[in-house]
Amino acid sequence: MSVRRLSPNQPESFAFTPATLKAAKGWMANFPAGRQQSAMVPILWLVQKQEGWVSEPAIRAVAELLEVPVIRVLEVATFYTMFMLEPVGTHALVQVCGTTPCQTRGSEALMAVCKRKIGPQNHKSPDGKLYWQEVECLGACANAPMAAINDYYYEDLTPESFEKLLDDFAAGKKPKPGSAIGRQGSAPEGGPMTLIDPKLYDGSLAKKVKIPNLPPKAAKPAKEKA
Amino acid sequence: MAGILADKDRIFLNLYGLHDWGLEGAMKRGAWNGTKDIVSQTPEWICDQVKASGLRGRGGAGFATGLKWTFMPKQESERPHYLLVNADESEPGACKDRDILRNDPHLLIEGCVIACRAMRSHNAYIYIRGEYVHERERLLAAIKQAYDAKLLGPGSILGYDVDVRVQHGGGAYICGDETALMESFEGKKGQPRLKPPFPAGAGIYGCPTTVNNVETISVVGTILRRGADWFAGFGTEKSTGTKLFAGSGHLNKPCVVEDAVGISVKQLIEDHFGGVRGGWKNLKAVIPGGISVRMIPAEQCEDAVMTYEDLQARGSGLGTGTMIVFDKDADLVKAIARAAYFYKHESCGQCTPCREGTGWMWRVMERMVTGEAEMAEIDMLLDVASQVEGHTICGLGDAAAWPIQGLFRHFRHEVEERINNYRARKGSYAGASIAAE
Repeated sequence: MSVRRLSPNQPESFAFTPATLKAAKGWMANFPAGRQQSAMVPILWLVQKQEGWVSEPAIRAVAELLEVPVIRVLEVATFYTMFMLEPVGTHALVQVCGTTPCQTRGSEALMAVCKRKIGPQNHKSPDGKLYWQEVECLGACANAPMAAINDYYYEDLTPESFEKLLDDFAAGKKPKPGSAIGRQGSAPEGGPMTLIDPKLYDGSLAKKVKIPNLPPKAAKPAKEKA
Repeated sequence: MAGILADKDRIFLNLYGLHDWGLEGAMKRGAWNGTKDIVSQTPEWICDQVKASGLRGRGGAGFATGLKWTFMPKQESERPHYLLVNADESEPGACKDRDILRNDPHLLIEGCVIACRAMRSHNAYIYIRGEYVHERERLLAAIKQAYDAKLLGPGSILGYDVDVRVQHGGGAYICGDETALMESFEGKKGQPRLKPPFPAGAGIYGCPTTVNNVETISVVGTILRRGADWFAGFGTEKSTGTKLFAGSGHLNKPCVVEDAVGISVKQLIEDHFGGVRGGWKNLKAVIPGGISVRMIPAEQCEDAVMTYEDLQARGSGLGTGTMIVFDKDADLVKAIARAAYFYKHESCGQCTPCREGTGWMWRVMERMVTGEAEMAEIDMLLDVASQVEGHTICGLGDAAAWPIQGLFRHFRHEVEERINNYRARKGSYAGASIAAE
């Protein structure tokens, strides 16, 4: 279990921006009537997108919006590790995956870069621009080692390419996500060795097909209306 | 040809995102082809075909998919039926569903419609992990395309109305468990529920629900289009079909690839993953199905095949089919200690054996990495692992115990050597003189 507490330094208030509120209402409409609580995690994420982190006044505001007791939102915000409970860097939130598949391919070297350039984990850099932490498996193991920076995945990193990335973010640039060594998605380095038959892509698969093993015509399926 | 599967028999034709992920591109590759004919059949026919194909859940547990669908009530009551697709891919090693979500989302959406028909449901939700932001954007865009083309929603041109919607999580591995997934779906902490009631009786909002993995649902359309016997023609009697495999760790070319179930571990590594770093002889161990199965040592990798039954007989498992490979330079003790930390971090804290046990096992594993543990602690650790295993509501407790058991089953001597070396380096050891007296 990871123990997570709210930050001792909290802002006075929180207000949804019109855009956030609109998106939040959209999530609430995504679920059956009376089940708006289901939108809690997406709305907390929207709050985090707006403010950079989830503050105590924001938790109250979400509770009010969803018409649930504050404790319901508080327990969710502290349970899910994606929610940052203290302010993060102004330019980048750097999350380095440290779990075994990334560890075997050099995530420790990436974290050494973070320690050198930013400082200890779960802290901001001295200039307040960057913030880093080690996270658990992000689900991009075939492209290890990798890091998620401000929502998007940067893959196949080396300490050198990672350091360059951090510099770019600190300089206010928005580097393109994806593989740092030019791999196409999760294809093997050097290009795919499968899916090379051109017949798969010439449109022949879109021709009308007869579904096999259909029951005999006599047993014509009754149209079920529900 | 790399591997044992020909290109013409692959299901995920845009696995690497080289082609159009959108509706037009997907249709050109055969998605949504004949879907109307499929959903105009009875639910029984669809379930029977899926049963005949031998498809088993691709999320790790490997439960027969067609059978699972028949557990849903035969009549829809005032409680609507739900299909909940588990896209909370967080198993270390697994990165296959991500490629479906971002590159072939229409196969998943089509599969949702067919699966909904099979379980008399009109509502599907796809629960995607929170960190997959790009994948979520892609999936939402694909769903919008399907609505615009009237493939989804009321008045569907397929003749069977299904709504497919998305929900996302907040970064918790535990939500991959089906009952925790449902709790999280409802906007609560992701703590697993006791079973029974089973989801098919009372799932989300207390309504009948079936939870399926992304890959399981995505292959259904192609299986029915090409015939159950086509799919059942690959693999073995108990492990049929094609499957996405992923490789990570000490490989020359780690990647995700689709091949037939039943491919040997060696061929998968050599053909698709570019071989082990330093050559096949340099292989030390493989964790074949995501980190929560036990590892198999190199000598067994010579003839191990990727099927449920073969790997189970070796004390391991096919799991998600996503392997982590270690070469001879790898520090296996450290790798498993890191896995133990993962489980400690991801335990939801509901059951005491898991909440306390995962932290305890991690701390002991860390001391084993340096060698400063006591020799007797090895047996104590295995004893604790067996007390966590099988004594928790969900499978996380089991999953936390298995990697450790796998390590000691095959590499106990390495840990013992480490403990001996640590003591030898130290020269003196408090307690040694007492023992000598």
